[in-house]
Amino acid sequence: MRRRQELAELGGPVALLVLVAVLGSLASRSLQVEFRTALVSATIVIALYVFIGNSGVLSFGHISFVAVGAFAAGLVSVPEALKLSVSPELFPLIAGAEVGNAASLLIAAAVGGVYAFLVGVPLMRLSGLAAGIATFAVLEITHNVLRNWPRIGPGAKTLSLVPETSGFLQLTVGAVAVAGIAYAYQRSRPGRLLRAAREDPAAAQGSGVNIHRQRLVAFTLSGALAGFGGGLLVHFLGSITTEQVYLDLTFITLAMLIIGGVSSLWGAVVGALLVSGLNSLLAEAELGIGGVDLPTGTRLVTLGAVMALVLLFRPAGITGGRPPGALLERLPGQLRSALSGRSGGR
Amino acid sequence: MNTLQTLVDAVALGSLFALVAMGIALVFGVMRLVNFAHGELLTAGAYALFLTNDLPLAVSIVVLFATVIAFALAMETSVRPLRSASPAAMLVTTFAISFLLQSIFLVVFGSQGDNVGILPELNQAVDIGGLRVRWVTLTSIGVGALLLGGTALLLNRTTIGLEMRAAAYDFRTARILGVRANRVIRFAFVVAGVLAAVATLMLVVQRPLVTPTFGFQFVIPALVGVVVGGLDRLTSATLGGFAIGFATAILGDVLPSDARVFLPSVVFALVIVVLLVRPSGLFTRARAVVERV
Repeated sequence: MRRRQELAELGGPVALLVLVAVLGSLASRSLQVEFRTALVSATIVIALYVFIGNSGVLSFGHISFVAVGAFAAGLVSVPEALKLSVSPELFPLIAGAEVGNAASLLIAAAVGGVYAFLVGVPLMRLSGLAAGIATFAVLEITHNVLRNWPRIGPGAKTLSLVPETSGFLQLTVGAVAVAGIAYAYQRSRPGRLLRAAREDPAAAQGSGVNIHRQRLVAFTLSGALAGFGGGLLVHFLGSITTEQVYLDLTFITLAMLIIGGVSSLWGAVVGALLVSGLNSLLAEAELGIGGVDLPTGTRLVTLGAVMALVLLFRPAGITGGRPPGALLERLPGQLRSALSGRSGGR
Repeated sequence: MNTLQTLVDAVALGSLFALVAMGIALVFGVMRLVNFAHGELLTAGAYALFLTNDLPLAVSIVVLFATVIAFALAMETSVRPLRSASPAAMLVTTFAISFLLQSIFLVVFGSQGDNVGILPELNQAVDIGGLRVRWVTLTSIGVGALLLGGTALLLNRTTIGLEMRAAAYDFRTARILGVRANRVIRFAFVVAGVLAAVATLMLVVQRPLVTPTFGFQFVIPALVGVVVGGLDRLTSATLGGFAIGFATAILGDVLPSDARVFLPSVVFALVIVVLLVRPSGLFTRARAVVERV
């Protein structure tokens, strides 16, 4: 039983991600974009979960790592002449670099991880509101510098013509790999130490847990995964501006994580996919499908209302932070025995 | 002379931020809620002014106060279920409320922005000993000082003020001793609303173009200032709000013109440094322990 639950902790999210990918590849061409958006969102939200979920410290700064990952992967994928025509002042190192798809994703992860580590060394001493505001400051600084320093990127202009390599295969493999890493981390010794510190900082510290170090480990890993998610994002969109990886994305990914349930991988994936699904459905309804034709702007209002309501009445998220198996156990007795009877009589 | 000019402008901006900061801190004091949606009070007020553009000034101002206070009370009612939630859940929920209100403003008014033409005469400059100071600058400083003083009196000299301070100090004990929780929290929201309405009026005169993110853009730095100053006490939070407005104005003047685009980076880098040195707040008395270990 216990073994089965542990498997479900990874198997549930992975199965859900694969299901979305399969459904998406069967969908019509215009709908495919929505499914791919959902997979990218799930990747980024899992990255957020690795830090926020395991440490219990809120971070408003993770989209910084998505941003640097996206621009890093984008810049090394575009030919030199093209880059210099957009931003002639680029550092020669960046202007000259041109690598393949896989390498660009690894570079995105590395840049995100290194940046998160550098930021984390001082910031991981903070917790609570101070941590929230400090990480928000990181987001503001990253956005401001990326937007105004033409030597490291296109600045306020659009970085375009990035090869669109993020098809369903790449996005699914990416999302599943990130989920696997998140799972492996939370089961590892550092992951358990950090979760212990989340539950009771005083007791954890008393038993010799170095909270600062464990948070830094999670922050760095989470930053690397977020950078990787940024790489997937830029290869999916084909072009990117600094505004696309700023406040709106920060809000929507945080809302996904909290709506799903911050403290489990399952919650992160469910939240990301559900909110993306709702978002797409409403976007389609605004264009008019199946006799429904909602006025423009309904999407944002409904999304905001749903988020506010879930957060107000289920602050622990819709999964309540429980693993997928718990859903089964909460079913009424008869139904449960019928279900488990069918699945082999155990 | 130029330095003095900068100082006056900095004090004026600081006063506006202080008004907003005090409102945020009052609400935080009684219910431990950092209200991200505070900015939407300002936006709602600004749109109220836009809708009453053609009506007499007095009517406009009455509608402004009525709208902002109504929004504040509606917000109070909607966050009631959150009273026992974790601080992180509270923070993100008010973030969601802010997002919801912004999208409603977007649907109703569009993203182009609307012009509010209230009190344009306040933008005229007056000559004081060689200084060219706009009336709105003087009014901001005057009104800011008056309201902050008034709120201090309210907190220190009236029963409801005393109850609020008691609730801020120890909510549970205050309740046991007969302080009515709902009344105190409602009152805090109303006072925050009044302060926000005044800030809206001063702000709209200087930035007449109202967009759905009008208040949000103004309140985020104020919120940062509140945390940097120290949320635990009203004075430190208000001073923090003032400090961030003041510092932004001064730095904007001191930085060389080609580096001015990096002003937000410089301000936020300072914020990080202050938080690292004094995590519990710049203006708090004792250097409090970060974690109770």
